Amino acid sequence: MSTTTVVGDDNRKLEVVRPGTPPAPLAAITEVLAIGGRRLRRLKRNPGRLVGITLNPLITMIALGYLFQSAIEIPGSNNYMEFIFAGVAAQVGLASIGPTAVAVCLDLQGGLIDRFRSLPISRSAVLIGHTLADLVITLMGLAIVVGVGMLFGWRSHNDPLSVLAGFALLAVFMYTMLWVGVLLGMASKNLETIESVSGIVAVVFSFMSNGFLSVDKLPGWIRPIAEWNPVSAVITALRHLWGNPVTVAPSFPSEHPTAVIAISLGLLFAVTTVLSVRRYRTASA
Amino acid sequence: MDVAIQVEGLTKRYNEHQALGGIDLTVRQGSVLGLLGPNGAGKTTAVRVLATLLEPDGGRALVAGYDVVKQPIEVRRRIGLAGQYAAVDELLTGRENLVLLGTLLHLGRAGARRRAAELLERFDLTAAADRPVETYSGGMRRRLDLASCLIADPAVLFLDEPTTGLDPASRQSLWNTVRGLVSDGVTVLLTTQYLEEADYLADQIVVINSGKVIADGTPDELKRKVGQEWLEVVVALPNTVEAAVRVLAPIAVDHPTSDPVKGVIALQLRDGMDGIAAAAVALKDEGIDVADFAMRRPTLDDVFFNLVGHPAE
Repeated sequence: MSTTTVVGDDNRKLEVVRPGTPPAPLAAITEVLAIGGRRLRRLKRNPGRLVGITLNPLITMIALGYLFQSAIEIPGSNNYMEFIFAGVAAQVGLASIGPTAVAVCLDLQGGLIDRFRSLPISRSAVLIGHTLADLVITLMGLAIVVGVGMLFGWRSHNDPLSVLAGFALLAVFMYTMLWVGVLLGMASKNLETIESVSGIVAVVFSFMSNGFLSVDKLPGWIRPIAEWNPVSAVITALRHLWGNPVTVAPSFPSEHPTAVIAISLGLLFAVTTVLSVRRYRTASA
Repeated sequence: MDVAIQVEGLTKRYNEHQALGGIDLTVRQGSVLGLLGPNGAGKTTAVRVLATLLEPDGGRALVAGYDVVKQPIEVRRRIGLAGQYAAVDELLTGRENLVLLGTLLHLGRAGARRRAAELLERFDLTAAADRPVETYSGGMRRRLDLASCLIADPAVLFLDEPTTGLDPASRQSLWNTVRGLVSDGVTVLLTTQYLEEADYLADQIVVINSGKVIADGTPDELKRKVGQEWLEVVVALPNTVEAAVRVLAPIAVDHPTSDPVKGVIALQLRDGMDGIAAAAVALKDEGIDVADFAMRRPTLDDVFFNLVGHPAE
């Protein structure tokens, strides 16, 4: 914190001594926790939010994995539920884009972002606190989906560490998606735009992937899209880590999912965080 | 003179639109400046620049002694901002809203709770403190919003149209609160569309239009500049308008204007109190039933009509 320089001779400075303003990194942690706490309190008042992020994945899982399971064949596997579960889990991440964007947009329109920006707090604390709390909420949604998945027969067949690594990867993917949501919310003027954009993103990225069909069963023009879709790479990696059926196509992204994940999520994360924080600094309702 | 807000030649342009075209302001510490103007005049832009939410294109602004562009953090330590919307979280309770801000301002858990309780008490919200804000009335929200700005005892308070949409009782109570703050030494910059509000609260008024200052002075100075009071008579029966105009004409400065449909007659009186008496007697002698008889003050529309020659847009 820089010391004050005297500006203008005729200005008497009222030095307000605020007890115990901690040094910068500690202060930022307090701020992040306070903002995050706010979002979790909101969840307590409005638990319907969990329905919003789990409804589509659950419908997909039950419709495809349970009702249609005998109609869909996956090369080299007879367990369709285990095949699609990674895709369903990724859908939870995609489904959380919309609610986060809506929440950010409402904060912006309601003047809360203005209020936070008029406080002497870290510039990124608000968005970081917001996304961390939303990650907690998204993981709760994931827990529901995992529970229902196990009820319908999903199992992992790998050592606990690998299974855990799968969930960690999923958390990274989800956190990146939340920043996509933040940017969408900061950049949108109205909620209708957000609803439609996030809806389209959730459908396109989850179904134009290898999540529910082997890529070679998809229409020809969609195949390259599905292969290079970063969500496909996440799904492939999850299947490996969870010991679930994997379909490997002879293509670079299918053979090197880790590289595709690192590059695509890394880039997406960098771009969305930088643009979101920049927008936050100049935000106006 | 201790100056709390000093603004020189402030400019801000949005694409084609010159929101601020070189504004100068000086606000004494412990006084209230009323910033008046129609929608789109630049009031909110000016407040956003002063509250460090928006960077100006040119000019200089010092708030509580600090430059809003070069030392925004120092400015933020000393200001409170109540924007046009009550910026509170609807799903949280009033108390939770205040504790959140106290925590963000590093009062500590206990400190934030104590400060929240004090402010809830002061703003008469203790009974509703643990209810979600979505159950609050408009006036309660505004009070909570104002309390939210006061957590860190700011030296300068920006109130952007603080009473828009409030009922008269809530408005009066908010005005009293603002006056109380000012008597404690807080400097207030208030934007409003209501001349009445500025009149009641402001020590000094600046009128802006299209991003430029078009008039400033004390409320009395401004009123003298922009127009006088007039008498407005509403007759009970529309067919008596003509007769009323005839008997009132001799005591009016110009010929009275009238609206035969609504039965309204407006005139500027020649001589104050005597004029009022004369008008009443004239109407009574003619046997005209009067539904309303009142002195009216210039509205902001009249101010603008007077100042810029066309009504506010």
